[in-house]
Amino acid sequence: MTTETTPARVTVGTGDPVLRVRDLQVSYGTPNGDVPAVDHVSFSLQPGQRLGLIGESGSGKTTMATALMRLTRPPGRIVGGEVLLGETDMLKLDEKGLREVRLRDIALVPQGAMNSLNPVMRIGNQMADAIEAHEGRAARKGMEERISAQLARVGLPPTVARRYPHELSGGMKQRAVMAISTVLNPKVIIADEPTSALDVVVQRQVMQTLGRLQEGIGSAVVLIGHDMGLIAQFADLIGVMYAGRLVEIGPVDEMLTDPRHPYTRLLIDSLPKLTAKGKLVGIPGLPPALLNLPQGCAFNPRCPYAFDRCHQDVPAVQQLAPDRRAACHLYPANPALPALPASVQMDAATPLELTGPAMEGQEEVAG
Amino acid sequence: MSATPLLELRNVTKVFQSGVRKTPANMTVALRDASLVLPDGTATATAIAGESGSGKTTMARLLLGFIKPSEGQILYKGVDITKMDKAQRLAYRREVQPIFQDPFEVYNPFYKVDHVLTTPLRNFGLYAGEEQKRIEEALEMVGLRPKETLGRYPHQLSGGQRQRIMVARALLLRPRIIMADEPVSMVDASLRATILDELRKLVSEFGISLLYITHDLTTAYQVCDDIVVLYQGTVTEVGSVEKVIRDPQHPYTRLLVSSIPLPDRTQRWGEDDSAITEEQARRSTSGCRFAPRCARAMEECWTQIPPLFRVDPDRAASCFLRKDAPVLPSEQVGQVLKVMRPGDAGNAPAA
Repeated sequence: MTTETTPARVTVGTGDPVLRVRDLQVSYGTPNGDVPAVDHVSFSLQPGQRLGLIGESGSGKTTMATALMRLTRPPGRIVGGEVLLGETDMLKLDEKGLREVRLRDIALVPQGAMNSLNPVMRIGNQMADAIEAHEGRAARKGMEERISAQLARVGLPPTVARRYPHELSGGMKQRAVMAISTVLNPKVIIADEPTSALDVVVQRQVMQTLGRLQEGIGSAVVLIGHDMGLIAQFADLIGVMYAGRLVEIGPVDEMLTDPRHPYTRLLIDSLPKLTAKGKLVGIPGLPPALLNLPQGCAFNPRCPYAFDRCHQDVPAVQQLAPDRRAACHLYPANPALPALPASVQMDAATPLELTGPAMEGQEEVAG
Repeated sequence: MSATPLLELRNVTKVFQSGVRKTPANMTVALRDASLVLPDGTATATAIAGESGSGKTTMARLLLGFIKPSEGQILYKGVDITKMDKAQRLAYRREVQPIFQDPFEVYNPFYKVDHVLTTPLRNFGLYAGEEQKRIEEALEMVGLRPKETLGRYPHQLSGGQRQRIMVARALLLRPRIIMADEPVSMVDASLRATILDELRKLVSEFGISLLYITHDLTTAYQVCDDIVVLYQGTVTEVGSVEKVIRDPQHPYTRLLVSSIPLPDRTQRWGEDDSAITEEQARRSTSGCRFAPRCARAMEECWTQIPPLFRVDPDRAASCFLRKDAPVLPSEQVGQVLKVMRPGDAGNAPAA
């Protein structure tokens, strides 16, 4: 049983994309006008590929996850774009079509397993429910074996089928949720911070289980998270979100060693490392309030590279390489991100800019 | 280094009892025979690290005097904190300041944020007549602009700003010790580093000792000199953070360190500990708490509680795999901590 992703996995993504997201836009209606929480996001995933979407609270990553499942609830609204599962546009399906597609073609592994399971139903029955909803009563035959096999795929003993959620530990609950989500072998798995409430050891086990499961099914995964380390360990591609936009996307190794967007760069530099004790450097300033985005690039007030144009025009997404895109005015003029100008070396003691009231949503970083 | 430590935990055990009868099933040992020393005269940064259920928050609550130890003593400047008189307790409450995990819950939403800064000053009767000036100074020390911070309500500030105000509040009281319980776990990545850097400055610039309670070994490594690793209420490994994290000796610490997801593809996650049979995982232990999860558990691990073995001059591990090393009695744990270590006294934390 191999738990490591071999380098060969990165090339798994060949053939037609299984998920194509084009210009997805999601807004929240507020008394002060519509707030764009996901702003023209595009990406595509091939079977077997793992995309890690990283962003701070309020960057739109969870909004994005719910929109991909078309679970957006008012005041949220999908304003435009396409979410193509093969040839099917999720955004054009009616309720019946959606019910068929969800779980069978695209499944969500939600944040906080404890809130996603029905507390008064045995795990096995919850799985049987999901299967029957899609396959009808005919599926009852051999259901028990099927459930046992599915539990075994996530490393749980068959006895778990007879347990109630409260009888399981946090890690087991998260595995049970994964077992339910993937019981119909979906083509795309959306995992929204699946391990945010778990301890680090259990987190690793759960993520490795998810990895094995996904490799077995051959589905694509979108992992939403705020922990760059976790995403680096799990994903093939990293997408960085800032103020609702996908500001950079590319293969993990390249993103970590050669980030192109200044925000990606500063985010990586701010991570505490185990190699040597260095200066801890955060990103000065605050994420912008979505209602009151700065003119030009949303990152410009915090960006050490910002020049005149950044304060005026919103940067378009630039294709830097076949699998590499960034939305920054530094490109295509520069071959790589220039060295940080010494005159603007970040100093943690620099007082924070308080630009407008920090109107952020619920904190997504669970304790 | 003076003879009396600033703060000392001496063989502290905390047992929580549920139900009426004292049956073993009703007794939860949240902390067993834990000792810790913070020296007087030199500021140190010590991490108390562990997963959920490790007893790290129990230790914090004991140190803050919210709960009393079942056995052992907590001494502040040589005085047992459960036996302090009123004046001593007031001084202790001022000199040991907490910073809590959740920067949302510590504020009363009906009051402006000024409230959390002015109240302690009034309660302790500090800086009469110049409160405002001191408050503004403290805010500037943590990188906040007083004009843009004071007069606002908590919901108008971000989580990072609210947590920085808590650091400012702690600073304002000129404490000797700051006890920070997961101070950055609810703060976004881009602000996390800044707040941790401020905590580190408390030690190096203001001479305040820091107890950093966390589940995150990476930040513990960056911020602290010493570390105490807890597992289910027992100290598994203690000593220099360099030794414990770069070269862990206890199988549990090894498991923890190897599970950290590093943003570095050259250091991939290791194999998981799937070598453990279900039979072993279910076996009850009266010895080492970690035995059911330990791939290298030996027979004695199940029946005897391993003492701390002093593996290095500056590190001890409670594991029978290292029983070749001399035993370090729990109450002498200070010997492996930074300031007590010979030849290592008084160093400021590495910048």
